[in-house]
Amino acid sequence: MAWETVIGLEIHVQLSTQSKIFSGSATTFGAEPNTQASLVDLGMPGVLPVLNEDAIKKAITFGVAIDAKINQKSVFARKNYFYPDLPKGYQISQLDLPIVDIGHLDIALEDGTVKRIGVTRAHLEEDAGKSLHEDYHGMTGIDLNRAGTPLLEIVSEPDMRSAEEAIAYVKSVHALIQYLDISDGNMAEGSMRCDINISMRPKGQEEYGTRTETKNVNSFRFIEKAIRGEVIRQIDELEAGNKINQETRLYDSAKDETRSMRSKEEANDYRYFPDPDLLPVITTDEYIQNLRDNLPELPDQKIERFQKEYELKEYDARVLAASKQLADYFETVVATSGAKAKLAANWVTSELLGALNKAGKGIQDSPVSAELLGGMLKRIADNTISGKAGKIVFEGLLNGEGSADEIIKAKDLIQETDTGAIEALVDEVIANNPAQVEQFLAAEKDKRKKLIGFFVGQIMKASKGKANPQQVNQLLGQKLK
Amino acid sequence: MHNKTLVELSQQLASGALSSVELTQHFLDRIKLLDPQLNSFISTTDELALAQAKIADELRAAGSAGPLTGIPIAHKDIFCTKGVKTTAGSKMLDNFISPYDATVVEKLNAAGTITLGKTNMDEFAMGSSNETSFYGAVKNPWNTDYVPGGSSGGSAACVAARLAPAATGTDTGGSIRQPASLCGITGLKPTYGSISRWGMIAFASSLDQAGPMTQTAEDAALMMNAMSGFDSKDSTSINKEAPDYTSELNNSLEGLKVGLPKEFFKEGLDSGVQQVIETAIKDIEKLGATVKEISLSTTDLAVPAYYVIAPAEASSNLSRFDGVRYGYRCDNPANLEDLYKRSRGEGFGEEVQRRILIGAYALSAGFYDAYYIKAQKIRRLIKNDFDKAFADVDVIMGPTAPSAGFALGEKADDPISMYLSDIYTIAVNLAGLPAMSVPAGFTAGLPVGLQMIGSHFSEPRLLNIAHQFQQATDWHKKTPDAFTK
Repeated sequence: MAWETVIGLEIHVQLSTQSKIFSGSATTFGAEPNTQASLVDLGMPGVLPVLNEDAIKKAITFGVAIDAKINQKSVFARKNYFYPDLPKGYQISQLDLPIVDIGHLDIALEDGTVKRIGVTRAHLEEDAGKSLHEDYHGMTGIDLNRAGTPLLEIVSEPDMRSAEEAIAYVKSVHALIQYLDISDGNMAEGSMRCDINISMRPKGQEEYGTRTETKNVNSFRFIEKAIRGEVIRQIDELEAGNKINQETRLYDSAKDETRSMRSKEEANDYRYFPDPDLLPVITTDEYIQNLRDNLPELPDQKIERFQKEYELKEYDARVLAASKQLADYFETVVATSGAKAKLAANWVTSELLGALNKAGKGIQDSPVSAELLGGMLKRIADNTISGKAGKIVFEGLLNGEGSADEIIKAKDLIQETDTGAIEALVDEVIANNPAQVEQFLAAEKDKRKKLIGFFVGQIMKASKGKANPQQVNQLLGQKLK
Repeated sequence: MHNKTLVELSQQLASGALSSVELTQHFLDRIKLLDPQLNSFISTTDELALAQAKIADELRAAGSAGPLTGIPIAHKDIFCTKGVKTTAGSKMLDNFISPYDATVVEKLNAAGTITLGKTNMDEFAMGSSNETSFYGAVKNPWNTDYVPGGSSGGSAACVAARLAPAATGTDTGGSIRQPASLCGITGLKPTYGSISRWGMIAFASSLDQAGPMTQTAEDAALMMNAMSGFDSKDSTSINKEAPDYTSELNNSLEGLKVGLPKEFFKEGLDSGVQQVIETAIKDIEKLGATVKEISLSTTDLAVPAYYVIAPAEASSNLSRFDGVRYGYRCDNPANLEDLYKRSRGEGFGEEVQRRILIGAYALSAGFYDAYYIKAQKIRRLIKNDFDKAFADVDVIMGPTAPSAGFALGEKADDPISMYLSDIYTIAVNLAGLPAMSVPAGFTAGLPVGLQMIGSHFSEPRLLNIAHQFQQATDWHKKTPDAFTK
C-alpha cells in the first residue's frame, strides 16, 4: 500500500529577553549552576510572578510576521505536574487564548515550489530547570538557571508530508526568529527544540491516522533522522497489521531510533486552570500596529531585494537569505569589496560555504570575516590578483595568515599586467612548442578554442599564475595566426 | 499600658511618657507569662524586637518618628520574615527560615513597628477554629475551652488578650473577620488588591487578602495606612494611590443607608448572636442611619463555590512543597515518587490534604467544567448580586459568624459544619469586597462581631462607620478577666 506521511511540529523557541519571563533574573546561557535563580525561580513560599513585557513584545512580533491573529486578551494558565526541576510544581503556560492565534508560514521546497504551512497557535510559557544526573554520586543535581526562561511554543497544523518539508519548515522558523531578533536560535544551546507529531495514512484517505509525538529533538539532522526512523517504524507496524499506539516517544540520537516514553493512558492530567497570580494580558490595536510597522526585512522580502538590487538568480538569493547572519555577511562582503555582487555571491556560496560545511561550522563561526573576504575580492576586482590566485589567498585567510594584502605580498601573487613581460613569455612558449603550434594552426576554427588552453596553461605556469589571463589570451590570439 | 489602644500608645510614645524599649519589653513579658494559656504565638522574636525598639527610640529622639514608630505588633506566621522561622502553621515549614520579608512586613518595618513574634494559625490558613495548626490549637482568651476562630486565630487571640496592641492577619474566606468576631476585636479585610500578597504564603491566590487586626477601627486605619499600596512585585496589586484611611473617621453617619440581607438572618443563625446584631443595628440607626431589608439571593451558593475555587487554587499553590528545595523531607526516600508521597503525606496535616484532594479533583479532566467553571460562574453571580445591592445601600450589615466561639473539638470531625462557620464571610472574598468585623456584644459570655460589608474601595467609609459605632459603644474596650491585669 502507498502511505502518506502526516507531520505537525511544535517548536519551542527560547526568546532572547534580558531577564526571565516572570522574574528579574538574567537569562545568559552557561552560568554556574543556580547563580541565575532568584526567589521566584526557586519557587519560594510567598513569591509571585510578574510578566516581562519584552516576552509579549517578541511573541507578538513573531505573530505579525506570520500574519497571525493576535489575541488582544491573552491568558496565562498553570500546567500542574511534579518534577524536581519544576520548582513550583506547575509551569506557567497558556491554554485557552494564547498570545498568537492562527497564522501561516510559506516554505520553499527544493523543486522550487512554495508551500504554505498553517500555524495553529504560538503561546508563551516558562522553561523548566535542568536535572543533572552525573557527578553527584548517584544523586541528582538541579540547576534552576534555565527555569523561567521565556519560551514561545509554535504549533503547526499537520500540513507537512515528508521529512524534507518538515526540515524546510523548521529552517524557515529558525531563519525567521533570527531575522526578527527574538531568539538567538542557537540549537546547540537548546534555544530551539522540537516535538514532532507523526502519523501515516493510506494515500488518498482524508482521515488522519493515529499519531505519535517524539519529544525534544534539537538539531536539524536529528529531526530528519527521527522522522525517517519513525515513518519506517509506523509503516512496518501498519503493514504487519498492527495498530499505532498514541504515545509519547523519545529520540535516542546515539542509537538513532525512537522509543516509547509513555502511552496516552499514562499521560499526565495537567489540571490546567487560569493562573490567579497573573491578570489577562490586554494589548491595544496601536501596540500591535506599531510592532507590525517596525518589522525588520523578512526573508522573502530580502530574497526579492537581492534579486533586484544585486541582480542575483533566485536560487543564489535564497541561499544567501537562508539566515540573517549569512545575508548580513554577504552584504558586508559586497560593501567592503566594491566588487560585483555576482562575484561576491559566488565566493560566499561556493568557496566560503563549502569550506564551512567541510569544517562543520556555521557562518557565525566562520574563521574568515566578511571584511577579510571583502578585502580579497577587492583585489580581484581591481586586477591586483587573478581569480586563480584568489583561491590561494582564500586558503591563507582560512588559515589565519593575515589580511588579503598581507598574504598577496607574502606569497608574491600580484598579477603580471606588463604587456612586454607577458609577451616575452608568450613568445617563449610558442617557440618551445612547435608541434603544438602546427597542430593548432591546422585545426578547424571551432576546435582551436580547446587547443589554445594548452598554451594558456603553459604560460600561466611559467608566470607562476601571475599573468593576467585576459592579456595572455589576447596576445596568443594575435600571435597564433 | 497593655489595655491602651495603638493610637493611645502612639501618643504616649510621642509625649515621651514611654519608650519603645519599655513598651516592647512589657509585651514580651506578657507573652512569656500568659501565652502558655493561649498558644497564640508560634515563635517570639525577643532579640529582634528589642533591637528594633532601640532603633525606634533613636529615630524618635532624632525627630523622625511616624505614628507607628516603636509600636510592637505581631505577624501572622503566614508572612515571610527575613531570618525568622515562617511556618504557615505547618510541619512542612517547621524548619523554614525565610530569606526575605513579605511586602506587608517590609512596609510595617519601614513605618517603625516592632515585631514581637509570629502568631499561630490554621495550617496554611485552612480552618475556622485554629485547630489544624501543627503547633496545636489556640485557645479563646474569653474561655480557654473554646476556639478563637481561624485561620488568623493566634493574631485574634493575642490582640484580645492584650499580648500585642495589633497584629496582621489574612482573610481568604473569613480568616480575619471570623476570629475577630469570636475574640471580640476589630478586623478588616480590605478590597482585593489593596495590600500586596508578595511574601504572604499563598492559600487561594484570587481570594487571599491581608489586613489589620486591632482593638479599634481607628487603630485599623493607622495600620492600613502603613500596609496598603501598590506593589510592582504583585501583579494583582491595584495600581492606584492608596487613600488616607483615617480621613473619614469622624464623619457623621447621618443619612447612611444600611442593608440587612434577609438571607443572613434565617435558620442556622444562633439566637444569641441575632439579638446582639439586632441591638447593634439599632445603635447604628440612632447615629442617623436608615435600615432596610435587602436580598442576597446567592448567599447559599457561596460556600459550595468557595470550596471548589479555594481548594483548586490551593492544590496548585501547595505543589511547591515537595521536599526537594526546602521544608520537610521524609527520611530515606527510596526514589523520587517515594520522596514526593511521603514528604507531602507526612508534612501536611489532614485538612490540608483533604483540600488538596478536593482541588485536584475539581481541576481534573472531565470534571473541570462541572466544578471549576461552574464555580467561577457562581462567583460572577455573587459579584453581580452585591453590585445590585450597592446600587441601593451604602453598607451591608449582619453577623460575622453564625455563632459565637464553639468548644474545642466540637466541629473538628465535621468539616461541613466547620465550613458553614464562614457562611456570611465567604461571599465577600469571592466578590473581592472590603468588610470588617466589629465587637458588638456578648452571648453566653463570648464575644459577637457585627460584620460591615462595603463596595470596592470603600474602606475609609467602613472605618468611619465602625469608628462612630465604637464612639457610641464600649464593646471593643472589654477584655477577658484573665488577661486584664
